[in-house]
Amino acid sequence: MAYLNITDLQKHYDNYHALRGINLAIEEGEFIVFVGPSGCGKSTLLRTIAGLESSTGGNIELDGRDITELASSKRDLAMVFQSYALYPHMSVADNLSFALRLAKEEQSVIDEKVKSVSASLQLDKLLERKPKELSGGQRQRVAIGRAIVRQPKVFLFDEPLSNLDAALRVQMRLELARLHKKLGTTMIYVTHDQIEAMTLADRVVILNAGQIEQVGTPLELYRSPNSRFVAEFIGTPKMNLIALDNVVRESNTLHLKLLNASIDFPVARTRGPLPDSVVMGVRPEHMHIVESGGDIIGKVELIEHLGSEAYTHVRLANNQTIIVKAPARTTIKDGEEIHISLEREEVILFNQNDRVFSVIAEEACHD
Amino acid sequence: MKRSITRLLMAPSVLLLLAWMLVPLSMTIYFSTINYNLLYPGRNNFVGWMNFEFFITDPGFWIAISNTLILLISVLLITVVLGVALSALIDKPFFGRNVVRVLLISPFFIMPTVNALIWKNMMMNPVYGIFAWISQSFGLEPIDWLSDYPLMSIIIMVSWQWLPFAILVFVTALQSQDTEQKEAAQMDGANGWHIFRYLTVPHLARPIAVVVMIETIFLLAVFAEIYVSTGGGPGYDSTNIAYLIYNQALLQYDVGVASAGGLFAVLLANIVAFFLIRAVGKNLTV
Repeated sequence: MAYLNITDLQKHYDNYHALRGINLAIEEGEFIVFVGPSGCGKSTLLRTIAGLESSTGGNIELDGRDITELASSKRDLAMVFQSYALYPHMSVADNLSFALRLAKEEQSVIDEKVKSVSASLQLDKLLERKPKELSGGQRQRVAIGRAIVRQPKVFLFDEPLSNLDAALRVQMRLELARLHKKLGTTMIYVTHDQIEAMTLADRVVILNAGQIEQVGTPLELYRSPNSRFVAEFIGTPKMNLIALDNVVRESNTLHLKLLNASIDFPVARTRGPLPDSVVMGVRPEHMHIVESGGDIIGKVELIEHLGSEAYTHVRLANNQTIIVKAPARTTIKDGEEIHISLEREEVILFNQNDRVFSVIAEEACHD
Repeated sequence: MKRSITRLLMAPSVLLLLAWMLVPLSMTIYFSTINYNLLYPGRNNFVGWMNFEFFITDPGFWIAISNTLILLISVLLITVVLGVALSALIDKPFFGRNVVRVLLISPFFIMPTVNALIWKNMMMNPVYGIFAWISQSFGLEPIDWLSDYPLMSIIIMVSWQWLPFAILVFVTALQSQDTEQKEAAQMDGANGWHIFRYLTVPHLARPIAVVVMIETIFLLAVFAEIYVSTGGGPGYDSTNIAYLIYNQALLQYDVGVASAGGLFAVLLANIVAFFLIRAVGKNLTV
């Protein structure tokens, strides 16, 4: 029995089915990130857990207690909003203590809690200020402090970093990771930014069109996605997807035919029967430019130099473009013809329904 | 060169506006210092402060001042308090909200004279008014509002006229209130009253200041309602400064005293404005 259990959660709007049967079990102390494209239902799911939206089916249990129909204030949850939602007419101290004052706690207890929270978030010098006199990062910390001060069972974050500039976002991301380590409280975090998802999460929940596409640790999602959607969503630049011309099976080996090349792939690394058409997925970082004898040949169209590395956009003979990661000081020029070799262990195969039917090399050995 | 041309081209309208303001003001100041009664033409000699003395020592003067202030403060209180409450009530969506909103705003489109006639003849009339009918259906003696509670009747009429304005401003302001703040408060354990008290009311501070300022300008000069319904009476019970000036000028034909009263009204408006800006003006600069 997990700490937070979500069973067959449904949410219908008037003519829109936002959540289509969500099942999820979250352990105590986990950092869970909901990620997905806009409109996938991740915010709706968070708001339904928070009790700001009512569900139209299924139930939510927290710490052995059914909270599906409970008022949001009684659920022992605290939420950090995208706009921070600080109370504009109250000072920082009053913002932090609002929930405690409503709960009619003793003044000495309130003072004590506000003091310790503001000290841990470096807000102690700002307690008398109004929200509009704070910078974006300070507002963000007040919003987090307001959640911490209540000592909830679960923290909910609704895209909390999206209003910050890039540098501050990286810093706040680190602070959030530290905070989670220090408090050890369960956290649920919604974002559309896959880097936030990968760096913060113990487990990532990828949502698509109101359904959970895949749940797993960041590395699991990166190395063995279930579907083309997950494969494309995780990783920058995107995974290269190349439609194969033909696949020929010869005893224990599959020959992946692409243009003039033939790439060998062990049958042990596939599940189920061989589909009619196969798409091969390889990440840019798993392709290498070689002097000669590579698997495929292409013509360089454009090189993006990022300083630490260079992304080479290559056009293949079938007119498809792929991206290959090259070392930072590559001497390759536009228009040059290059040979590319693939890391066989990292190749993923998709069937015609965009599902993955290959398994990663380590798992294949156990069979 | 360019500048002088713009000035030249703007001059006619500026001069016209200046004359528009200056001529009546200086005429009023001039009339207030001479003996000018329409019943005694030709005896327009300079009398100094005597017109002011007559106006201030008029038996209705202090009653008119206090009536003006009571009317102002009561109507401000009623429209602001009821306005905030009603706008908060119709902020959430419910069946027929648009119709309710239109009905709440509609009294604003009725002109003050018609408003007073409606209240006088259809609502407050002791014989065939709605209030009388209500009293009678409970077996009570009907109240003759206009003669027994004249100032109260005026306050009711003017409040009814100005409540829509307050609602219009407050409803618009409520729509700009951040919903995430309300949700955050909800998660912090706030009930509807807490949200209203700690979020909505502070949010409405500025619109309230605006409503108070604008209404004050118009409420100091309420005239049509009094003229149509009570005629300032009985006695001076529902006479305000505006009505007293009218009384001097057109019922006693004394233009001199009326002008002095007009200047006095300007003075009163400035005093009220001074206190008002000190009280609510700081909300506007935030």
